[in-house]
Amino acid sequence: MKIIYTDSLVIGGGLAGLRVAIASMQRGYDTIVLSLVPAKRSHSAAAQGGMQASLGATIKGDGDDEEVHFGDTVRGSDWGCDQDVARMFVNTSPKAIRQLSAWGVPWSRVRAGDREVVINGEKVTITEKQEAHGLITARDFGGTKKWRTCYTSDGAGHTMLYTMDNKAIQMGIPVHERKEAIALIHEDGVCYGAIVRDLITGELIAYVAKATTIATGGYGRLYAISTNAVISEGIGNAIALETGIATLGNMEAVQFHPTAIVPVGILTTEGCRGDGGLLLDKDGYRFMPDYEPDKKELASRDVVSRRMTEHMRKGKGTPSRYGDHLWLDITLLGRKHIEKNLREVKEICEYFLGIDPVEEYIPVRPTQHYSMGGIRTKPTGESPTLKGLFSAGEAACWDMHGFNRLGGNSVAETVVAGMIVGEYVADYCAENALNVSTSTIQDFMKREEKKITDLLVRDFGENPFRLKAEMQKIMMDKVGIFRNGEDLEQAVEELKVLNQRAKRIALRNRISSSNPELVEAIRVPKMIKLAQCVAYGAMLRTESRGAHAREDYPERNDRDWLKRTLTTWKDDSADLPELTYEDLNIMKMELPPASRGYGVDNTVHHPDTPKREQEIEEIKKANPGADRFELQQLLNPIPIPEKFKGKNERIGRGFK
Amino acid sequence: MSDQERVLKFQIFRYNPQKQGDKPRMVTYEVTEAPGMTIFIALNDIREQQDPSLQFDFVCRAGICGSCAMVVNGQPTLACRTMTSTFEDGEIKLLPLPGFELIGDLSVNTGKFMRAMSERVESWIHDKNADEVNFEKLEERMDPDVADEIYELERCVECGACVSACATKRMRPDFLSAVGFMRLARFAMDPRDKRSDEEFYEIMGDDDGVFGCMTLLGCEDYCPKDLPHQTQIAYLRRKMALIK
Ligand SMILES: Cc1cc2nc3c(=O)[nH]c(=O)nc-3n(C[C@H](O)[C@H](O)[C@H](O)COP(=O)(O)OP(=O)(O)OC[C@H]3O[C@@H](n4cnc5c(N)ncnc54)[C@H](O)[C@@H]3O)c2cc1C
Ligand code: SF4
Ligand code: FES
Repeated sequence: MKIIYTDSLVIGGGLAGLRVAIASMQRGYDTIVLSLVPAKRSHSAAAQGGMQASLGATIKGDGDDEEVHFGDTVRGSDWGCDQDVARMFVNTSPKAIRQLSAWGVPWSRVRAGDREVVINGEKVTITEKQEAHGLITARDFGGTKKWRTCYTSDGAGHTMLYTMDNKAIQMGIPVHERKEAIALIHEDGVCYGAIVRDLITGELIAYVAKATTIATGGYGRLYAISTNAVISEGIGNAIALETGIATLGNMEAVQFHPTAIVPVGILTTEGCRGDGGLLLDKDGYRFMPDYEPDKKELASRDVVSRRMTEHMRKGKGTPSRYGDHLWLDITLLGRKHIEKNLREVKEICEYFLGIDPVEEYIPVRPTQHYSMGGIRTKPTGESPTLKGLFSAGEAACWDMHGFNRLGGNSVAETVVAGMIVGEYVADYCAENALNVSTSTIQDFMKREEKKITDLLVRDFGENPFRLKAEMQKIMMDKVGIFRNGEDLEQAVEELKVLNQRAKRIALRNRISSSNPELVEAIRVPKMIKLAQCVAYGAMLRTESRGAHAREDYPERNDRDWLKRTLTTWKDDSADLPELTYEDLNIMKMELPPASRGYGVDNTVHHPDTPKREQEIEEIKKANPGADRFELQQLLNPIPIPEKFKGKNERIGRGFK
Repeated sequence: MSDQERVLKFQIFRYNPQKQGDKPRMVTYEVTEAPGMTIFIALNDIREQQDPSLQFDFVCRAGICGSCAMVVNGQPTLACRTMTSTFEDGEIKLLPLPGFELIGDLSVNTGKFMRAMSERVESWIHDKNADEVNFEKLEERMDPDVADEIYELERCVECGACVSACATKRMRPDFLSAVGFMRLARFAMDPRDKRSDEEFYEIMGDDDGVFGCMTLLGCEDYCPKDLPHQTQIAYLRRKMALIK
């Protein structure tokens, strides 16, 4: 049995995983990163639009700060997020971006003087301040009050990931590529690493560690059409679920992005609309102002996606052989802007659609994009139920996004969580010894070996590719943007059947080394379980919140549903996961629930909401001289590692 | 996009070094073309419908991550963004990218090569203060044009097409190659990197470095991100020539 020991095992070489690894290495702990692919090819590389941090250097970000960012994030989440975490996040994001700037990201900068931009379909001139010249600039994104999304042209994820990986290389952090974690090792409620399959040789290796961090990204590929990379299959989430101890949070919270190209589902960034692009229907009519007169194309993502779907249901979509779609018009931005700031978008249009977006409209449709759900963690990033297991990035339900995440808040989360959770991982390594028995490691190893041997010897059975396609179709048809009880019940039943069938997979290519069919056979049963968590959670949540939109329960229901879904799978032979709920405590909220300001407000309010509002008023009255920092301390005292406690400087206002 | 269905003929290099007794060979597969089909779609179709052992690497399938470079009808390119409709006779021959360790079939180990390249050129900001920077304060300013210029070179996706298209690399196994030069040019241009020209010379001032380049420019012809190899290699050479 091959065993590799380390202090900090990080599963995932995207932005979140690398940043956690850097933190534990900086604190002197032996660290290993595992990745399915070379770290720089992780899905983080595909983020185009940018990272939210309230630097307020551009004139259109004037007045921005942590409070405004906090408000946008909480409203964006439809009050489903953990406000402690959202607070830690907004306070740390400016530090994260400045650190990345020192490490090498070539963030686009403010250029003093006049420049022409497109706002609400009109060309306007804005004047950047002289004293802001050369500082990190930002663009507009959906659901934000200020221009806060910092970027490098349209390759923010790429430059961030390259910088992060280069930093990891500089520090000598080993990244074991083409390795797949297929099970977690745990004993007496403590996690000690993972059983890992080498995707080239097929060898199983036990990576045994004090602290294990899952940073494996999202589970978008549960859907047939997704903007996500083909490796975003949620395996990290699934192996946590399969411990029977760790919980997953809000798995039904799945985001659909308004503008993926038709039919392949490749994303065109929100930056297209942030920079002034418009959505048009089959008649070339700009319809968003009719639905959302205030924010129009730049309403929150979940809202725009639903409005687009509604509009197409009214027969206003452009028909095509792949079904109806709408148009994204960026022609008004002009060639110069597109070739500089939206170049990836232009390349994508040229290669995949054969069109030039400077001249032609882009066919788009809302498409699965982001997984708000994931491994439930405490604000420290540790699982509340399985000690020594941490999670960060899209894989986690740290829960700063609740039921809808804002564009630009995800790559920001990956690095901020990486910094914060990384410190707690290091603390954990300092405080805990490695106390796992060899027999436990052996048992886990044998169990995984047996599963693979069973697959290799079975003569007849199910085809894993086909099972996956069936699952993806169910998710597309029945667990999509708009959901209803009947479809969801069917989805839950159909997935149960797939779950059973997935126990009888047989291979045509029966070798244990490098074998794509075996990879699929190992993953598909796990993916089906996750799909069941999503569908079942969606079926039971009889309200609409953020991206979870029930046609049969259109109101947000704080009275009964201001709570987080927690999912476990204790008995492997069960055909459904177990769901419990965790209340969000309004009496602790810095920002009590209110209307998000889209469409009609039909919220069913919670009795605590007015109580908390009044309490906050009283606290404010009792502390008339308190500045925003003191107020926050009174309303929402949060834990945050010492290193990141300081205030953030901005031009024109210093540290105020 | 034509609506007429045609049958594409793929000739694909097959060899699994992990499998005892396996031998390199070309195998032909037929696939019914679908509208908008890319090589990514076609290869998955072959894997799912005909041969589940077929190995290849795709991650983003959007021309962004650099995973899928292979030789398509003689040209190194990103397979995921290559439409099958661009091949008039419907015959497509696929080979793994030369110059890299073969994992199996169309899959090569570019990751290992690129990590070694990054270590060799020390692909990071050299500044003793980078870790001590006070991130509560305003970030160091940068000229907006300089930031844009750095990004131009930072767009490399480490796909390896330039390496496979390089005649010098074929003769000199340790030749740093265009991808390494682009990375060095990127850091040489960055005011945050405090390395001196002499330090850069240490890395690339020999025949395995920038003086080995025969300026055949296969790199520039095949770079999917249109990096300016020619100008940057010339620039590095001039810079290095001034040292000695
Ligand atoms: C097209 C697109 C554009 C986006 N644009 C933006 C944007 O502009 N702004 C923004 O804020 N967000 C954006 N996002 C979202 C954001 O990019 C992601 O949420 C974020 O990058 C996820 O980072 P991560 O580190 O959590 O995971 P990833 O970058 O997905 O990394 C996951 C890592 O885990 C590894 N891994 C997975 N499973 C295993 C396993 N079983 N064993 C070992 N390793 C494993 C993978 O190899 C990989 O290294 C975008 C997303 C998409 C799809
Ligand atoms: S320079 Fe161009 S061809 Fe070479 S690895 Fe980078 S992107 Fe690929
Ligand atoms: S799969 Fe990412 S570039 Fe082709």
